[in-house]
Amino acid sequence: MLELKNITKKFGQRTILDKVNLTIPSGQILAIVGPSGAGKTTLLRCLSGLETIDSGSFLWDGQEFDPANPTDSSQIIGVVFQDYQLFPNLTVLENITLAPTLALKKDKAAAEKQAKELLERLNLTGKEQLYPAQLSGGQQQRVAIARALAMKPQILCYDEPTSALDPALRGTVAEIILKLKREENMTQIIVTHDMDFAKEVADKTFTVTDFSQRR
Amino acid sequence: MNYINAILPSLLQGAQMTLSLFCWTLIISIPLGIIISLGLISHIKPLQLFLKFYVWIMRGTPLLLQLIFVFYGLPIIGVIFQRYDAALFAFILNYAAYFAEIFRGGFQAIPEGQYESARVLRLTKMQTLKHIVIPQVVKIVIPSIGNEVINLVKDTSLVYVIGLGDLLRAGNVATARDVTLVPLVLVGIIYLAMTGIASYLLKKIENSYSKWK
Repeated sequence: MLELKNITKKFGQRTILDKVNLTIPSGQILAIVGPSGAGKTTLLRCLSGLETIDSGSFLWDGQEFDPANPTDSSQIIGVVFQDYQLFPNLTVLENITLAPTLALKKDKAAAEKQAKELLERLNLTGKEQLYPAQLSGGQQQRVAIARALAMKPQILCYDEPTSALDPALRGTVAEIILKLKREENMTQIIVTHDMDFAKEVADKTFTVTDFSQRR
Repeated sequence: MNYINAILPSLLQGAQMTLSLFCWTLIISIPLGIIISLGLISHIKPLQLFLKFYVWIMRGTPLLLQLIFVFYGLPIIGVIFQRYDAALFAFILNYAAYFAEIFRGGFQAIPEGQYESARVLRLTKMQTLKHIVIPQVVKIVIPSIGNEVINLVKDTSLVYVIGLGDLLRAGNVATARDVTLVPLVLVGIIYLAMTGIASYLLKKIENSYSKWK
Protein backbone atom coordinates (compact mmCIF):
# COMPACT_ATOMS: atom_id res chain seq x y z
CA MET A 1 0.00 0.00 0.00
CA LEU A 2 1.26 3.43 -0.96
CA GLU A 3 0.39 6.36 1.28
CA LEU A 4 0.97 10.04 0.63
CA LYS A 5 0.72 12.13 3.76
CA ASN A 6 0.36 15.91 3.70
CA ILE A 7 2.46 16.32 0.57
CA THR A 8 3.16 20.01 -0.02
CA LYS A 9 5.10 21.41 -2.94
CA LYS A 10 5.75 25.07 -3.64
CA PHE A 11 7.51 26.78 -6.51
CA GLY A 12 8.59 30.07 -4.96
CA GLN A 13 5.44 31.68 -3.60
CA ARG A 14 3.09 29.44 -5.56
CA THR A 15 1.72 26.41 -3.76
CA ILE A 16 1.23 23.69 -6.34
CA LEU A 17 0.37 20.83 -4.03
CA ASP A 18 -1.22 21.64 -0.69
CA LYS A 19 -1.30 18.85 1.89
CA VAL A 20 -2.18 16.04 -0.48
CA ASN A 21 -3.31 12.86 1.25
CA LEU A 22 -3.76 9.77 -0.81
CA THR A 23 -3.79 6.00 -0.33
CA ILE A 24 -3.43 3.35 -3.01
CA PRO A 25 -3.84 -0.28 -2.02
CA SER A 26 -1.35 -2.69 -3.58
CA GLY A 27 -2.35 -4.03 -6.95
CA GLN A 28 -4.79 -1.24 -7.66
CA ILE A 29 -4.81 1.38 -10.37
CA LEU A 30 -5.15 5.04 -9.46
CA ALA A 31 -5.85 7.71 -12.04
CA ILE A 32 -4.81 11.26 -11.21
CA VAL A 33 -6.97 13.59 -13.26
CA GLY A 34 -7.57 17.31 -13.52
CA PRO A 35 -7.04 20.20 -15.91
CA SER A 36 -3.66 21.19 -17.37
CA GLY A 37 -1.48 23.06 -14.93
CA ALA A 38 -3.31 21.83 -11.86
CA GLY A 39 -0.31 19.92 -10.56
CA LYS A 40 -0.93 16.36 -11.75
CA THR A 41 2.49 16.01 -13.26
CA THR A 42 4.10 17.81 -10.31
CA LEU A 43 2.61 15.20 -8.00
CA LEU A 44 4.03 12.45 -10.19
CA ARG A 45 7.42 14.19 -10.32
CA CYS A 46 7.49 14.43 -6.51
CA LEU A 47 6.58 10.78 -6.20
CA SER A 48 9.34 9.77 -8.63
CA GLY A 49 11.92 11.95 -6.91
CA LEU A 50 12.42 14.45 -9.72
CA GLU A 51 11.14 17.25 -7.48
CA THR A 52 11.78 17.47 -3.76
CA ILE A 53 8.72 18.07 -1.61
CA ASP A 54 8.55 20.91 0.90
CA SER A 55 6.78 18.83 3.53
CA GLY A 56 4.93 15.56 3.96
CA SER A 57 5.94 11.95 3.62
CA PHE A 58 5.66 8.93 1.36
CA LEU A 59 5.07 5.49 2.86
CA TRP A 60 5.24 2.11 1.18
CA ASP A 61 3.71 -0.67 3.30
CA GLY A 62 4.06 1.56 6.33
CA GLN A 63 7.75 2.31 5.72
CA GLU A 64 8.68 5.88 4.94
CA PHE A 65 10.81 6.35 1.83
CA ASP A 66 12.46 9.27 0.06
CA PRO A 67 11.88 9.03 -3.70
CA ALA A 68 14.69 11.54 -4.37
CA ASN A 69 17.25 9.31 -2.64
CA PRO A 70 16.48 5.66 -3.27
CA THR A 71 18.81 3.69 -1.05
CA ASP A 72 17.91 0.03 -0.88
CA SER A 73 18.27 -2.24 -3.88
CA SER A 74 14.57 -2.67 -4.51
CA GLN A 75 13.04 0.18 -6.39
CA ILE A 76 9.66 1.55 -5.36
CA ILE A 77 8.70 3.82 -8.23
CA GLY A 78 9.07 3.25 -11.97
CA VAL A 79 8.09 5.93 -14.48
CA VAL A 80 6.87 5.88 -18.07
CA PHE A 81 7.31 9.45 -19.33
CA GLN A 82 4.86 11.23 -21.57
CA ASP A 83 7.37 11.34 -24.42
CA TYR A 84 8.96 8.04 -23.26
CA GLN A 85 12.51 9.45 -23.24
CA LEU A 86 14.03 6.27 -24.57
CA PHE A 87 17.78 6.54 -25.13
CA PRO A 88 18.11 7.07 -28.90
CA ASN A 89 21.71 5.90 -29.05
CA LEU A 90 20.93 2.50 -27.56
CA THR A 91 19.07 -0.45 -29.05
CA VAL A 92 15.77 -1.59 -27.57
CA LEU A 93 17.58 -4.36 -25.69
CA GLU A 94 20.28 -1.97 -24.40
CA ASN A 95 17.63 0.54 -23.31
CA ILE A 96 16.13 -2.14 -21.08
CA THR A 97 19.33 -3.74 -19.77
CA LEU A 98 21.35 -0.55 -19.12
CA ALA A 99 19.90 0.37 -15.74
CA PRO A 100 19.66 -3.18 -14.32
CA THR A 101 23.32 -3.83 -15.18
CA LEU A 102 24.63 -0.43 -14.02
CA ALA A 103 22.37 0.42 -11.08
CA LEU A 104 21.38 -3.03 -9.82
CA LYS A 105 24.71 -4.68 -10.81
CA LYS A 106 22.91 -7.51 -12.53
CA ASP A 107 25.11 -9.59 -14.79
CA LYS A 108 24.62 -8.99 -18.48
CA ALA A 109 23.23 -12.41 -19.36
CA ALA A 110 20.59 -12.27 -16.62
CA ALA A 111 19.60 -8.73 -17.58
CA GLU A 112 19.23 -9.74 -21.23
CA LYS A 113 17.20 -12.79 -20.34
CA GLN A 114 14.86 -10.67 -18.24
CA ALA A 115 14.66 -8.01 -21.00
CA LYS A 116 13.70 -10.64 -23.58
CA GLU A 117 10.96 -11.97 -21.34
CA LEU A 118 9.61 -8.45 -20.88
CA LEU A 119 9.71 -7.80 -24.62
CA GLU A 120 7.85 -11.02 -25.26
CA ARG A 121 5.15 -10.11 -22.77
CA LEU A 122 4.77 -6.70 -24.38
CA ASN A 123 4.59 -8.10 -27.90
CA LEU A 124 7.94 -6.71 -28.96
CA THR A 125 9.75 -9.92 -29.82
CA GLY A 126 12.14 -9.39 -32.71
CA LYS A 127 12.66 -5.70 -32.00
CA GLU A 128 15.65 -6.23 -29.67
CA GLN A 129 18.29 -4.88 -32.04
CA LEU A 130 16.30 -1.94 -33.42
CA TYR A 131 16.85 1.63 -32.30
CA PRO A 132 13.98 3.66 -30.79
CA ALA A 133 13.64 5.83 -33.91
CA GLN A 134 12.86 2.71 -35.94
CA LEU A 135 9.79 1.93 -33.82
CA SER A 136 6.26 3.33 -33.94
CA GLY A 137 4.99 5.49 -31.09
CA GLY A 138 3.05 2.63 -29.53
CA GLN A 139 6.07 0.33 -29.70
CA GLN A 140 8.28 3.01 -28.14
CA GLN A 141 5.83 3.31 -25.29
CA ARG A 142 5.93 -0.42 -24.69
CA VAL A 143 9.73 -0.33 -24.66
CA ALA A 144 9.51 2.45 -22.06
CA ILE A 145 7.20 0.24 -19.98
CA ALA A 146 9.61 -2.70 -20.33
CA ARG A 147 12.53 -0.46 -19.36
CA ALA A 148 10.72 0.70 -16.22
CA LEU A 149 9.63 -2.84 -15.30
CA ALA A 150 13.18 -4.16 -15.66
CA MET A 151 14.05 -2.22 -12.51
CA LYS A 152 11.42 -4.26 -10.62
CA PRO A 153 9.50 -1.31 -9.20
CA GLN A 154 6.67 -1.77 -6.72
CA ILE A 155 4.64 0.93 -8.44
CA LEU A 156 4.57 1.92 -12.08
CA CYS A 157 3.62 5.51 -12.94
CA TYR A 158 2.53 6.79 -16.33
CA ASP A 159 2.53 10.45 -17.32
CA GLU A 160 -0.22 11.08 -19.89
CA PRO A 161 0.06 7.65 -21.49
CA THR A 162 -2.54 8.33 -24.18
CA SER A 163 -1.57 11.88 -25.19
CA ALA A 164 0.93 10.93 -27.88
CA LEU A 165 -0.99 7.98 -29.28
CA ASP A 166 -3.65 7.86 -31.94
CA PRO A 167 -7.08 6.84 -30.65
CA ALA A 168 -6.83 3.30 -31.98
CA LEU A 169 -3.80 2.65 -29.77
CA ARG A 170 -5.48 3.84 -26.57
CA GLY A 171 -7.14 0.46 -26.23
CA THR A 172 -3.79 -1.28 -26.45
CA VAL A 173 -2.31 0.77 -23.60
CA ALA A 174 -5.40 0.12 -21.50
CA GLU A 175 -4.98 -3.60 -22.16
CA ILE A 176 -1.33 -3.54 -21.12
CA ILE A 177 -2.12 -1.66 -17.93
CA LEU A 178 -4.93 -4.07 -17.03
CA LYS A 179 -2.79 -7.08 -17.92
CA LEU A 180 -0.03 -5.87 -15.58
CA LYS A 181 -2.60 -5.56 -12.85
CA ARG A 182 -4.06 -8.99 -13.52
CA GLU A 183 -0.85 -10.94 -14.03
CA GLU A 184 1.67 -9.11 -11.87
CA ASN A 185 -0.59 -7.47 -9.32
CA MET A 186 1.28 -4.27 -10.23
CA THR A 187 0.24 -1.08 -8.43
CA GLN A 188 -0.11 1.61 -11.06
CA ILE A 189 -0.63 5.36 -11.08
CA ILE A 190 -1.82 7.08 -14.24
CA VAL A 191 -1.68 10.84 -14.67
CA THR A 192 -4.10 11.78 -17.43
CA HIS A 193 -6.55 14.42 -18.57
CA ASP A 194 -8.40 11.78 -20.55
CA MET A 195 -11.40 11.04 -18.34
CA ASP A 196 -12.74 8.21 -20.48
CA PHE A 197 -9.42 6.46 -20.31
CA ALA A 198 -9.25 6.99 -16.54
CA LYS A 199 -12.70 5.46 -16.10
CA GLU A 200 -11.80 2.54 -18.31
CA VAL A 201 -8.72 1.41 -16.40
CA ALA A 202 -8.69 2.93 -12.92
CA ASP A 203 -10.02 1.47 -9.69
CA LYS A 204 -9.98 4.92 -8.18
CA THR A 205 -9.62 8.48 -9.43
CA PHE A 206 -8.05 11.41 -7.68
CA THR A 207 -8.83 14.92 -8.91
CA VAL A 208 -6.38 17.74 -8.43
CA THR A 209 -8.53 20.73 -9.44
CA ASP A 210 -8.45 22.12 -5.89
CA PHE A 211 -4.87 23.34 -6.05
CA SER A 212 -5.31 25.58 -9.04
CA GLN A 213 -7.83 27.69 -7.16
CA ARG A 214 -5.34 28.49 -4.43
CA ARG A 215 -2.80 30.14 -6.64
CA MET B 1 59.15 16.13 -63.71
CA ASN B 2 62.75 16.41 -62.62
CA TYR B 3 61.94 19.80 -61.21
CA ILE B 4 59.03 18.38 -59.21
CA ASN B 5 61.29 15.66 -57.85
CA ALA B 6 63.82 18.29 -56.90
CA ILE B 7 61.48 20.50 -54.90
CA LEU B 8 59.21 17.79 -53.47
CA PRO B 9 61.44 16.96 -50.49
CA SER B 10 61.38 20.56 -49.25
CA LEU B 11 57.62 20.77 -49.76
CA LEU B 12 57.07 17.53 -47.90
CA GLN B 13 59.24 18.78 -45.09
CA GLY B 14 57.00 21.83 -44.92
CA ALA B 15 53.95 19.58 -44.99
CA GLN B 16 55.38 17.73 -42.02
CA MET B 17 55.44 20.96 -40.04
CA THR B 18 51.86 21.69 -41.13
CA LEU B 19 50.73 18.21 -40.08
CA SER B 20 52.51 18.37 -36.75
CA LEU B 21 50.80 21.68 -35.90
CA PHE B 22 47.49 20.30 -37.12
CA CYS B 23 47.67 17.12 -35.05
CA TRP B 24 48.87 18.68 -31.82
CA THR B 25 46.29 21.44 -32.03
CA LEU B 26 43.49 18.90 -32.44
CA ILE B 27 44.76 16.52 -29.78
CA ILE B 28 44.89 19.28 -27.18
CA SER B 29 42.12 21.66 -28.19
CA ILE B 30 39.28 19.13 -28.50
CA PRO B 31 39.50 17.82 -24.91
CA LEU B 32 40.19 21.38 -23.74
CA GLY B 33 37.12 22.55 -25.64
CA ILE B 34 34.97 19.90 -23.96
CA ILE B 35 36.18 20.98 -20.52
CA ILE B 36 35.57 24.66 -21.35
CA SER B 37 32.08 23.84 -22.66
CA LEU B 38 31.25 22.18 -19.34
CA GLY B 39 32.37 25.40 -17.63
CA LEU B 40 30.21 27.44 -19.99
CA ILE B 41 27.09 25.48 -19.05
CA SER B 42 27.97 25.25 -15.35
CA HIS B 43 26.13 27.32 -12.81
CA ILE B 44 29.31 28.84 -11.38
CA LYS B 45 28.75 32.41 -12.51
CA PRO B 46 32.31 33.85 -12.29
CA LEU B 47 33.73 30.86 -14.16
CA GLN B 48 31.03 31.12 -16.77
CA LEU B 49 31.63 34.85 -17.27
CA PHE B 50 35.38 34.38 -17.53
CA LEU B 51 35.00 31.63 -20.13
CA LYS B 52 32.48 33.64 -22.11
CA PHE B 53 34.96 36.51 -22.19
CA TYR B 54 37.72 34.17 -23.36
CA VAL B 55 35.53 32.72 -26.12
CA TRP B 56 34.48 36.22 -27.16
CA ILE B 57 38.11 37.38 -27.51
CA MET B 58 39.23 34.26 -29.34
CA ARG B 59 36.36 34.20 -31.78
CA GLY B 60 36.10 37.95 -32.16
CA THR B 61 39.67 38.72 -33.20
CA PRO B 62 41.62 37.40 -36.18
CA LEU B 63 43.72 34.31 -35.62
CA LEU B 64 46.48 36.14 -37.49
CA LEU B 65 46.43 38.90 -34.88
CA GLN B 66 46.56 36.31 -32.10
CA LEU B 67 49.61 34.65 -33.70
CA ILE B 68 51.42 37.96 -34.08
CA PHE B 69 50.42 38.95 -30.57
CA VAL B 70 51.83 35.77 -29.03
CA PHE B 71 55.08 35.71 -30.99
CA TYR B 72 55.94 39.40 -31.52
CA GLY B 73 53.80 41.03 -28.84
CA LEU B 74 54.28 39.00 -25.67
CA PRO B 75 58.13 39.23 -25.69
CA ILE B 76 57.69 42.95 -25.04
CA ILE B 77 56.28 42.08 -21.63
CA GLY B 78 58.84 39.36 -21.13
CA VAL B 79 56.92 36.27 -22.27
CA ILE B 80 59.01 34.62 -24.91
CA PHE B 81 57.94 31.63 -26.98
CA GLN B 82 59.84 29.69 -29.57
CA ARG B 83 58.26 30.04 -33.02
CA TYR B 84 56.69 26.60 -32.99
CA ASP B 85 55.45 26.89 -29.41
CA ALA B 86 53.99 30.31 -30.10
CA ALA B 87 52.08 28.94 -33.09
CA LEU B 88 50.83 25.92 -31.18
CA PHE B 89 49.82 28.07 -28.20
CA ALA B 90 47.81 30.48 -30.33
CA PHE B 91 46.15 27.71 -32.34
CA ILE B 92 45.16 25.73 -29.26
CA LEU B 93 43.66 28.75 -27.51
CA ASN B 94 41.81 29.79 -30.62
CA TYR B 95 40.47 26.38 -31.62
CA ALA B 96 39.55 25.37 -28.07
CA ALA B 97 37.21 28.40 -28.02
CA TYR B 98 35.48 27.27 -31.21
CA PHE B 99 35.25 23.67 -30.01
CA ALA B 100 33.89 24.84 -26.64
CA GLU B 101 31.05 26.68 -28.35
CA ILE B 102 30.28 23.66 -30.53
CA PHE B 103 30.21 21.29 -27.55
CA ARG B 104 28.17 23.76 -25.49
CA GLY B 105 25.52 23.67 -28.20
CA GLY B 106 25.73 19.88 -28.26
CA PHE B 107 25.25 19.49 -24.52
CA GLN B 108 22.35 21.95 -24.51
CA ALA B 109 20.63 20.06 -27.32
CA ILE B 110 20.16 17.01 -25.08
CA PRO B 111 16.62 17.21 -23.66
CA GLU B 112 16.26 17.50 -19.89
CA GLY B 113 14.05 14.40 -20.07
CA GLN B 114 17.04 12.24 -20.96
CA TYR B 115 18.72 13.17 -17.67
CA GLU B 116 15.45 12.67 -15.80
CA SER B 117 14.72 9.27 -17.23
CA ALA B 118 18.30 8.23 -16.41
CA ARG B 119 17.74 9.52 -12.90
CA VAL B 120 14.56 7.55 -12.23
CA LEU B 121 16.43 4.51 -13.57
CA ARG B 122 18.96 5.28 -10.85
CA LEU B 123 21.96 5.85 -13.06
CA THR B 124 24.67 8.01 -11.52
CA LYS B 125 25.65 11.33 -13.13
CA MET B 126 28.83 9.80 -14.54
CA GLN B 127 26.96 6.80 -15.96
CA THR B 128 24.42 9.12 -17.54
CA LEU B 129 27.15 11.21 -19.16
CA LYS B 130 29.11 8.21 -20.39
CA HIS B 131 26.35 5.99 -21.74
CA ILE B 132 23.65 8.45 -22.73
CA VAL B 133 24.72 12.08 -23.02
CA ILE B 134 28.19 11.97 -24.57
CA PRO B 135 27.31 9.56 -27.42
CA GLN B 136 24.41 11.85 -28.35
CA VAL B 137 26.52 14.99 -28.08
CA VAL B 138 29.24 13.49 -30.27
CA LYS B 139 26.71 12.67 -32.96
CA ILE B 140 25.37 16.21 -32.87
CA VAL B 141 28.76 17.96 -33.02
CA ILE B 142 30.56 15.83 -35.61
CA PRO B 143 29.54 17.90 -38.67
CA SER B 144 30.57 21.18 -37.00
CA ILE B 145 33.80 19.69 -35.66
CA GLY B 146 34.46 18.48 -39.20
CA ASN B 147 34.23 22.02 -40.54
CA GLU B 148 36.70 23.26 -37.97
CA VAL B 149 39.09 20.41 -38.70
CA ILE B 150 39.14 21.29 -42.40
CA ASN B 151 39.60 24.95 -41.52
CA LEU B 152 42.49 24.08 -39.25
CA VAL B 153 44.37 22.32 -42.05
CA LYS B 154 44.27 25.56 -44.01
CA ASP B 155 44.69 27.92 -41.05
CA THR B 156 48.05 26.34 -40.25
CA SER B 157 49.37 28.28 -43.26
CA LEU B 158 49.06 31.46 -41.15
CA VAL B 159 52.23 30.47 -39.28
CA TYR B 160 53.99 31.84 -42.37
CA VAL B 161 53.76 35.25 -40.72
CA ILE B 162 55.93 34.26 -37.76
CA GLY B 163 58.51 32.64 -40.00
CA LEU B 164 57.81 28.97 -39.43
CA GLY B 165 58.81 26.69 -42.28
CA ASP B 166 55.47 25.16 -43.16
CA LEU B 167 54.15 23.88 -46.47
CA LEU B 168 53.10 27.29 -47.78
CA ARG B 169 56.45 28.84 -46.98
CA ALA B 170 58.31 26.01 -48.71
CA GLY B 171 56.22 26.54 -51.83
CA ASN B 172 56.60 30.28 -51.79
CA VAL B 173 60.39 30.07 -51.36
CA ALA B 174 60.66 27.74 -54.35
CA THR B 175 58.44 29.94 -56.51
CA ALA B 176 60.39 33.07 -55.69
CA ARG B 177 63.72 31.35 -56.37
CA ASP B 178 62.86 29.52 -59.59
CA VAL B 179 60.20 31.89 -61.01
CA THR B 180 57.70 29.14 -61.76
CA LEU B 181 54.11 28.39 -60.77
CA VAL B 182 54.77 24.70 -60.24
CA PRO B 183 55.61 24.82 -56.50
CA LEU B 184 52.44 26.80 -55.68
CA VAL B 185 50.30 24.37 -57.67
CA LEU B 186 51.94 21.50 -55.82
CA VAL B 187 51.28 23.22 -52.51
CA GLY B 188 47.62 23.49 -53.48
CA ILE B 189 47.52 19.80 -54.38
CA ILE B 190 49.09 18.79 -51.08
CA TYR B 191 46.57 20.89 -49.13
CA LEU B 192 43.77 19.31 -51.16
CA ALA B 193 45.11 15.86 -50.36
CA MET B 194 45.25 16.64 -46.65
CA THR B 195 41.75 18.15 -46.50
CA GLY B 196 40.51 15.29 -48.70
CA ILE B 197 41.82 12.67 -46.30
CA ALA B 198 40.41 14.58 -43.32
CA SER B 199 36.97 14.84 -44.99
CA TYR B 200 37.02 11.14 -45.80
CA LEU B 201 37.82 10.14 -42.23
CA LEU B 202 35.18 12.50 -40.86
CA LYS B 203 32.59 11.04 -43.22
CA LYS B 204 33.50 7.57 -41.94
CA ILE B 205 33.00 8.67 -38.33
CA GLU B 206 29.73 10.38 -39.21
CA ASN B 207 28.47 7.24 -40.93
CA SER B 208 29.28 5.10 -37.92
CA TYR B 209 26.85 7.26 -35.95
CA SER B 210 24.11 7.23 -38.58
CA LYS B 211 22.49 3.95 -37.56
CA TRP B 212 20.48 5.76 -34.86
CA LYS B 213 18.71 9.10 -34.76
